Amino acid sequence: MSRVWVLALACLLCPSDVLGEVIHREKSLYQNIEIQQKGDDRCLVFAVRRDDRRQSCFDTENPDRVVFSYVRMTFGGLLLQPNPSAILIVGLGGGTLPTALNALYPTAKIDVVEIDAAVVRVAEGFFNFKANDQLNVAVQDARVFIKRAVRLGSKYDLVILDAFTGEYIPEHLMTQEFLAETRSLLSEGGVVVANTFSSSKLYDYESQTYKAVFNEFFNFKLPASGNRVIIARPAGLPDRQTLETNARALAPALTRFGVAIESFPRYLNTRADWDQTAPILTDQFSPANLLKNR
Amino acid sequence: MSDEQVETKLERIGWLVLLLAFTSGFIIMSVELLGGRILAPYFGSSIYVWGSIISIFMVALAMGYLIGGRLSINRPNLGLYGLFFLLAAIGLLPIVFFADNAMDAVFSAIDDPRYGSLLASTLLFFIPTALLGMIAPYSVRLMVDNTRHSGQVAGGLYFVSTLGSALGTLLTSFYLVLWFDMNTILITMVAVLLLAGSLAIAFNRKRS
Repeated sequence: MSRVWVLALACLLCPSDVLGEVIHREKSLYQNIEIQQKGDDRCLVFAVRRDDRRQSCFDTENPDRVVFSYVRMTFGGLLLQPNPSAILIVGLGGGTLPTALNALYPTAKIDVVEIDAAVVRVAEGFFNFKANDQLNVAVQDARVFIKRAVRLGSKYDLVILDAFTGEYIPEHLMTQEFLAETRSLLSEGGVVVANTFSSSKLYDYESQTYKAVFNEFFNFKLPASGNRVIIARPAGLPDRQTLETNARALAPALTRFGVAIESFPRYLNTRADWDQTAPILTDQFSPANLLKNR
Repeated sequence: MSDEQVETKLERIGWLVLLLAFTSGFIIMSVELLGGRILAPYFGSSIYVWGSIISIFMVALAMGYLIGGRLSINRPNLGLYGLFFLLAAIGLLPIVFFADNAMDAVFSAIDDPRYGSLLASTLLFFIPTALLGMIAPYSVRLMVDNTRHSGQVAGGLYFVSTLGSALGTLLTSFYLVLWFDMNTILITMVAVLLLAGSLAIAFNRKRS
């Protein structure tokens, strides 16, 4: 009897993704990488632990479908910049986002920066990710890539920051100085989209840091999802009507990815729902990993 | 010198040398840990950045041991010992005031972040770390009065300074970075080194 209870309890505690079949496992320089398959969903998982989360998922039967809500939310950046011709993505994951953007904007130049060469191999081997003439991957620390790009005078219309595994945060990619460098890469009307932390003290600190660099930004949350995506544009934010017009124009092309963009505009708001007395993160002060647990 | 005389001499300065050795151990590792943070904005936090920092610290300490040992041959005294601390304090100041300029120049000159971080580590950390390394052999010389106890004295000093290093690593990574700006931590360490050096020099005056 007691054994049954222990089993039942254990299954309440174990997250569903652990039930997926592990089809590949490797230790890279930076993390443990696991590929799990459950039904048609194939997922990339970092830092294998009890409470780990799936990093990137991909539907093997319907490869266009974007499985994760936070990745779908990232497309919200297009509402402010519907025609990007140069895109920078920090963090490859399974490569879902760059692949989708490459399909949507075949003539746009897309640079992806990923620190871990093993992640690039896994994305190619298990997630149909392929670089091409327009879609480049640089295996490099994003801070170094961006600082170099600033010096070279590169400009991007859309910069997507998604470098956080959930387990370990690269603290030098959270600071005011980093965001200022990123901001200076933006072309006229360029947009930054960042997948960020939605809970813990880090939410307050990070929000204040974005505010310090970008002033007002869209704090994008969907009711059913625990994620928060920041969408910022130094040239100023568009009004609701413009967002809705752009959403209608983008909707047909985004349907195949499962992105319901027409439902996004009403959730794009600028209300500050965080503690505005929180200090900002700087190169001098960035204890992000310590704050995450508070 | 009789055993009794050895003991009185140790009692008089032994605690001071142990305290100062502990302090230098603490500061070496605290600075090394902050080193990763200091370099990250220019060279990232890839594994080779840590490789650069750790190797430069090791080489600098090795050189410090050699020089400190050599200087301990003739008339070892607390005055020179105190001077090492003062110089190490001055050696840390460029990290506070010129780190960005130095790293900027290195970043422009060298494309490969491996060699960039190696050169930047050398510029920023070699001198203060070598100066802090000189303290270890000199501490041994100040406390050793006969060959029979030399191993024991050296063991005790390693014990204390390595514990200092452990505490410096732990406190810095667990708490100091959560409470303070990096420059505040570094300036405090400069102040502590200045105090430590002055203390040694004051004792030297009193004794002579």
